[in-house]
Amino acid sequence: MTHLDVEALIADRGTKIIVCCGSGGVGKTTLAAALGVRAAEQGRRVVTLTIDPARRLAQSLGLQELDNVPRQVAGMKLKKRADGAKNEGELHAMMLDMKRTFDEIVEAHASPAKAAQILANPFYQSLSSSFAGTQEYMAMEKLGQLRASGEWDLIVVDTPPARSALDFLDAPARLARFLDGRFIRMLLVPAKVGGRGYAKVMNAGLGLVTGTMMKLLGTQLLTDVQTFVAAMDTMFGGLRQRADATAKLLRAPGTVFVVVASPEPDALREASYFVDRLVEEDMPLAGVVVNRVHRSTVPQITAVNALGAAEALDGEDGELNPNGDIDGALTAGVLRVHAQLLTTQATEQRRVDGFALAHPNVLLASARALAQDVHDLNGLRVLGEALCQPVAE
Amino acid sequence: MVNPQRGDGRDRDWDGVRLHIVTGKGGTGKTTVAAALALALATGGRRTLLVECEGRQGLARLFDSPPLPYAERRVAVAPDGGIVYALAIDPEEALLEYLEMYYHLGRAGRALRRLGAIDFATTIAPGVRDVLLTGKVYEATRRRTTSKSTRTSPGDRTSEAPDDFVYDAVVMDAPPTGRIARFLNVNSEVASLARVGPVNRQAESIMRLIRSPQTVVHLVTMLEEMPVQETLDGINELHEFDLPVGGIFINRVHEPLLPKAEWKAASAGSIDLTALARGLKSAGLPAGDAITAGLSTEAADHALQLTIERKLRTQLRTAARPTYRLHDLDTTDVGRLYALAAELVDQGAA
Repeated sequence: MTHLDVEALIADRGTKIIVCCGSGGVGKTTLAAALGVRAAEQGRRVVTLTIDPARRLAQSLGLQELDNVPRQVAGMKLKKRADGAKNEGELHAMMLDMKRTFDEIVEAHASPAKAAQILANPFYQSLSSSFAGTQEYMAMEKLGQLRASGEWDLIVVDTPPARSALDFLDAPARLARFLDGRFIRMLLVPAKVGGRGYAKVMNAGLGLVTGTMMKLLGTQLLTDVQTFVAAMDTMFGGLRQRADATAKLLRAPGTVFVVVASPEPDALREASYFVDRLVEEDMPLAGVVVNRVHRSTVPQITAVNALGAAEALDGEDGELNPNGDIDGALTAGVLRVHAQLLTTQATEQRRVDGFALAHPNVLLASARALAQDVHDLNGLRVLGEALCQPVAE
Repeated sequence: MVNPQRGDGRDRDWDGVRLHIVTGKGGTGKTTVAAALALALATGGRRTLLVECEGRQGLARLFDSPPLPYAERRVAVAPDGGIVYALAIDPEEALLEYLEMYYHLGRAGRALRRLGAIDFATTIAPGVRDVLLTGKVYEATRRRTTSKSTRTSPGDRTSEAPDDFVYDAVVMDAPPTGRIARFLNVNSEVASLARVGPVNRQAESIMRLIRSPQTVVHLVTMLEEMPVQETLDGINELHEFDLPVGGIFINRVHEPLLPKAEWKAASAGSIDLTALARGLKSAGLPAGDAITAGLSTEAADHALQLTIERKLRTQLRTAARPTYRLHDLDTTDVGRLYALAAELVDQGAA
């Protein structure tokens, strides 16, 4: 198994963007925050973009509100630099507000009058606040903005809990496809030409389609969609350009993807899928982090021996305790805990080995499971530490 | 005709519920629990449909079957007869099916697809995708047998009533907790967006079913802080949207391995190391300082976990919902689903 050196990755000034992706429940958001803290304390100017952090994690970063602007995180313990120079590391964090991000794009690309018209459109309001893919578009849009500002030398981005694994990769392309498609032009026609002219422009198929849509959705929704599309028309070029730019940014030198998994079969399967997709799409994959692995520090006592001894020790007539002067229950309990840990460790190791066999060229790192959830900066430091620990053979 | 096996006098928590919507934070085993519940509900000669809507083919993997097409397939036979069917909903297919069913739109349907309208409707247009997913579940839940002959199930389940439901219960492996309220509420949003027309009518009927006593939303969690917090937040949100909250399914329960008397000392890291060393030696095991220290750290982590779990169980009790415990089973084969289903039946979840 080839080791992913996370420490070197965040120390490398050439690393500009780290995209953390993975399935839900593997600790991706926390891990992204931990990377941010560690990189900042080592002297980098970092911003972490989180999508939907758990409340307590947000609080641990000092984020009280979802205001779409990076805020500096206080309480960094900056490491002394070897060359004696001042450590200028900083951590900023922000939560994505997808509706506001979308509104800003509209305001930036359309005339004030048109922007107001779009922002008031019911279809737009629904699209910008509740459409499942909007989060992905807007996360990528925000990433582009942060990068373009040039204010940070490292951006750590946590991807949305995707409905299908790589929505954030597919979303911009899907948007572009939609904007270039015939469907949108068809929607534009009635609004532009209107009245009887439209029958001439449309061929029979299109007419049938619009008729169907009218029947299904009611004319009012279709009108909303049409006025929305017409209003957006002027900014389509801009949107398409942005989608293309995002796609490019994700492939640019300095961007790396870190796939986060846990040693559970489902999470590893998803990670496999992510890895294959990233490689297929020519995306720069740094490696896979297996989070929450269990490790015993007492390999000298095997699970079998521990369980055998536990059985012999406990019980009233524990054969190893004829005089009753040994705390059999305590030792047996401790040994059972140990045996369970070793069994879990072995199971997890088998799964991770399987993953490594299937992906021989993918670098792997792991972070051990912490006894409790992370609630504060210190917890993030401990996780960062665990993540950067050199592998013990 | 009442199935005699359902009249066994057992106390079941969800009698009368026909649509079970199962949600949970990612990684908590939502799909597995949904499958076990479908199996449990099928126990005793009933028919259940298990629906997956996120295109992951998780059900096929769980039941060790080839990928599910967009069709209802029999995936398991429950104890004492009973059949579990499974369906992986594809929004595109669902839309075309819907158009065909209500409008006989063979040609226009194809035209829509060519134009990218289907793509638009299922991926870009707000909420349409979720409407389609819930719409299909609605249809399956309310579907009735067309004639007596179509309902020939094992044993005594041949129906007398011509208007029997095809499925006794439908279990939906729904989107995760963070999205569930919005997902289920999508139909009221759509109903307000499309204020007239068939889509509006359909959306309103779906909401009526979801808000009726025939539907509950179950939440799957593990005894970890984030999933529990998300579960409680999810319950509040469901209440806010006036959606029916079902039970809490606590997955991957661990039994304590340390004697209770030792928890406190263990979590404080103050296990009597000399006593431990003596015990290890008497069992012929190595008992050096590094070993006793290492073992005591492991015990401390375990005790801490138990303490946290206890605190979290107390927190979950504040939700005042029925809870069910499912043990962590170290297998991934189909047998595990039967074991989990048996646990659910024992606890009255089905």
